[in-house]
Amino acid sequence: MPILPITYVSTSTREMSSWRTSKPIIEYSKCTRCAICWKFCPDVAIDLVSDPSIKSPNEKFSSLEAPLINLNYCKGCGICATECPFGAIEMVREEI
Amino acid sequence: MESVQSHRKIMTGNEAVAVGVKLAKVKVIAAYPITPQTTIVEELADMVANGELDSKFIEVESEHSAMSAVTASEASGVRSYTASSSHGILYMHEPLHWAAGMRLPLVMSVVNRAIGPPWNIWGEQTDTFNQKDTGWLQIYCESNQEAMDSILLGYKIAENKKILLPVMNMLDAFTLSHTSEPVDVRNQKKAAEYVGDLELDSKLDFKNPAGYGSLLGPDGPFMEMKKDMRDSMYNAIGTIKNEISNFNEQFSAELPGLTDNFMMEDADYALVTAGAISSTAKYTVRKLREKGQKVGLIRLYFYRPFPGEDVLKAVKGLKGLGVVERNLSFGQRGPTYEDVATSLYGRVDIPIRNYVVGLGGRDIRVKDFERMFEDLVEGDNEIEWVNVGVK
Repeated sequence: MPILPITYVSTSTREMSSWRTSKPIIEYSKCTRCAICWKFCPDVAIDLVSDPSIKSPNEKFSSLEAPLINLNYCKGCGICATECPFGAIEMVREEI
Repeated sequence: MESVQSHRKIMTGNEAVAVGVKLAKVKVIAAYPITPQTTIVEELADMVANGELDSKFIEVESEHSAMSAVTASEASGVRSYTASSSHGILYMHEPLHWAAGMRLPLVMSVVNRAIGPPWNIWGEQTDTFNQKDTGWLQIYCESNQEAMDSILLGYKIAENKKILLPVMNMLDAFTLSHTSEPVDVRNQKKAAEYVGDLELDSKLDFKNPAGYGSLLGPDGPFMEMKKDMRDSMYNAIGTIKNEISNFNEQFSAELPGLTDNFMMEDADYALVTAGAISSTAKYTVRKLREKGQKVGLIRLYFYRPFPGEDVLKAVKGLKGLGVVERNLSFGQRGPTYEDVATSLYGRVDIPIRNYVVGLGGRDIRVKDFERMFEDLVEGDNEIEWVNVGVK
């Protein structure tokens, strides 16, 4: 039986945080929970979480699921910051 | 009437190939038509359309897609087939590596045709000699019978668990592909029993998802996989020999070994050829033998793995050897010359000459072979162009 280039290890075991030179920071007081960042993230590094304690523009939004960036998988591409229609995501340079 | 092992029919090389594919119970065909391969695909499409062949025929927009499609279908454990030629196989070059690297036992036919510029649809083997390093086994057929038999043999060899590498079957443009010859069509039931069902130990499974060919760092088993591929190919020669004699026994067929040694026993001078030009070479050998000249021919039926030991055995006692290339490598002698010389290096001391013939369908005549044989007495050469600049 040959050695096959097949792996059953999930890609979730691969952390990509070291690829990053800048990271997205969400300003939740501007975030309407539209989830456009979640849809666009090419690395599925954004989760949607129910947490009323997370800040929101007003209380109507606080019951909706908020985006939470999983920095273990974020490569810092900045697509979320570019796509956010409310300018609620800012790319901040990583410190060495 | 009791079923016979085979029945004889007059058919072109491309028809013989298509019938071979049918006999091998191929379940997925994806191919893009290109002259002179087109009639293989047409014939197969007809067979699928009229219910003669129970296969899925995938129409694709390019050769790159054709190879990618059959790579995926084969990976899901379904016997698959494609065919191409010339620029088509060049476009397939990248997925050829993927298919072999994934250890998928595909079989494909290539009708050898020249490569442009300028455009030329006639016979020449440069297209597949360019693919000799892709991890595919290579078979060069001399007759339409071999073209059919090599499909069945190809699947049997490719699917052998000790080998698990794809097989490329070659036939010369027009000389075989569009020329009719009598062919013994193998019995469908017997052929089905011979090839059996494809059983891959590891195949695409939606319930058990896996990454195929995903990224591997320098410390991962990348080199080990390549070594394993190379070993499987290089050590396949014994298995191939057994499979060939098994095939010949089962079908009363006459496939040669990895090499076809013609009148080599007491030969002083010999040529090495591959493909349909070998028939003209054999005719010339017979003619010169009648005149009392001790000449012979080594035809390479398999080119990958290269049957170096068989060539070495066959050339013992020769005074001169000529390697005939129907392909071209710029900046070095021909690839067959390199392979033959490598196999003989330090083990026998025979002068080897190198000839380039028949590019772009240029005729290779009996008198050309006669001249090559005459030429052998002179020892080594750089490279000789045969039948060039004589217009």
